[in-house]
Amino acid sequence: MIHKIKIVIIDYGVGNLYSLVRAFKFFGIEAVVTEEVKVLKQADGIVLPGVGSFAAGMRGLEMRGLIEKVKEMAGENKPMLGICLGAQIMLTEGHEFGIFKGLDIISGRVVLFPVLKDKEKVPQVGWNTISPSKENSWDGTILDSFTENDQVYFVHSYILEPESKKNILALTTYGGHTFCSVIKKGNIYGCQFHPEKSGRVGLKIIENFINLVKQEPC
Amino acid sequence: MKNIRIIPRLDIKGFKVVKPVQTEALRVVGDPKEMALRYYQEGADELIYLDIVASLYQRNLDFDLLKSVTENIFIPITVGGGIRSIYDINNVLRSGADKIAINTYAVKRPDFISEAVKEFGSQCIVLYVEAKKRADGSYEVYTDGGREKTGLEVIGWIKKAIKLGVGEILITSIDKDGTKGGYDLNLLKKISGFSPVPVIAHGGAGSLGSLKEAIIEAKADALSVSSIFHYRNFSIAEVKEFLAGNNIKVRII
Repeated sequence: MIHKIKIVIIDYGVGNLYSLVRAFKFFGIEAVVTEEVKVLKQADGIVLPGVGSFAAGMRGLEMRGLIEKVKEMAGENKPMLGICLGAQIMLTEGHEFGIFKGLDIISGRVVLFPVLKDKEKVPQVGWNTISPSKENSWDGTILDSFTENDQVYFVHSYILEPESKKNILALTTYGGHTFCSVIKKGNIYGCQFHPEKSGRVGLKIIENFINLVKQEPC
Repeated sequence: MKNIRIIPRLDIKGFKVVKPVQTEALRVVGDPKEMALRYYQEGADELIYLDIVASLYQRNLDFDLLKSVTENIFIPITVGGGIRSIYDINNVLRSGADKIAINTYAVKRPDFISEAVKEFGSQCIVLYVEAKKRADGSYEVYTDGGREKTGLEVIGWIKKAIKLGVGEILITSIDKDGTKGGYDLNLLKKISGFSPVPVIAHGGAGSLGSLKEAIIEAKADALSVSSIFHYRNFSIAEVKEFLAGNNIKVRII
């Protein structure tokens, strides 16, 4: 019997999950949206979505008693995809309206964009390119078969600053400032942009993530 | 320079996409599901979907129709029309929207903006402004699909809404809408001159040159376009190639 993979999208009260559900459906996967630990436990792949503030995100996870389980599953190298706020809270701490503890799955912090060239507006709202970091190849990752002309959709005021360059999978430049747009540690990924809103190119990330989950022994 | 977004706009009445000329004289132009999919596939950067009679009739937009339109579209979609509560916003988001445009109810009860921003974040809440030029050269805010005068002055209203937390401004020039006579550059300049949040220009897109002007002269962050795409005067690709040829950054797919 072919094992049917179970993708779980964590609903922790921040943001709109429906476009994500549709994106998985596009590839024939009925993703499960849950806020319960007992459902999360059965996941073969986990998506941590979210928009909003760092503190609200962590509070949302905490209220539902999800923090320990997510950290435990990350420790087991379970395929995980954080999107926007979901990627940010994977880091150690967030500097948004104070300093707040994150999941600390990857060491680093989340900070506000610095003052930008040409008075570019913050938040960054719109499409931008991603380019490879020196440290990591995209082969076999969620960015497999991406090119540097491919553009993805960003909406954010805060940026990812992983401590080690080893955890940088992609970089993006906005208003003259280059920041980390995808973090990676083993099977754990976090994208600052929204793959589910990035057209065909973004769907490729969802597809690559599904393939990554399929390759994992269950 | 950042990318300029090109955003086709669908005005919805009943089950059809319509195109108003200066908010009156509606013409039916097509099926929303087909048009949205076509624009998505042709390289639209986002979509705007506005039920233009919901507020006027004090009813909600059609959630089932919206669901069917958004089903296979994977770019951001801003939806507006008759939004009057947090519950409405939830329903619209659950029907596939990413951002919410609010005009009429925000004017009636400005605190609704901050309530919505608190619940969904600034990035989700777009202030939709319908502006009409007064005899003295200032602009007045209209509501209910351009039918009702409010007495509010546009610039002051936008400043207030930004303080209340809106994440973007969608500004329509009622005088220019549907005329293909070029954007109201004067109006746009006034807004982009101070706005810390992105300004999406609507109303008057005509020649390719008129699109360029709105970006270069009036500093719009994004262009909302309907007539010239609906009537196939230009394709999205043609618009983007032209802009790229004029050193304006756009996303080419």
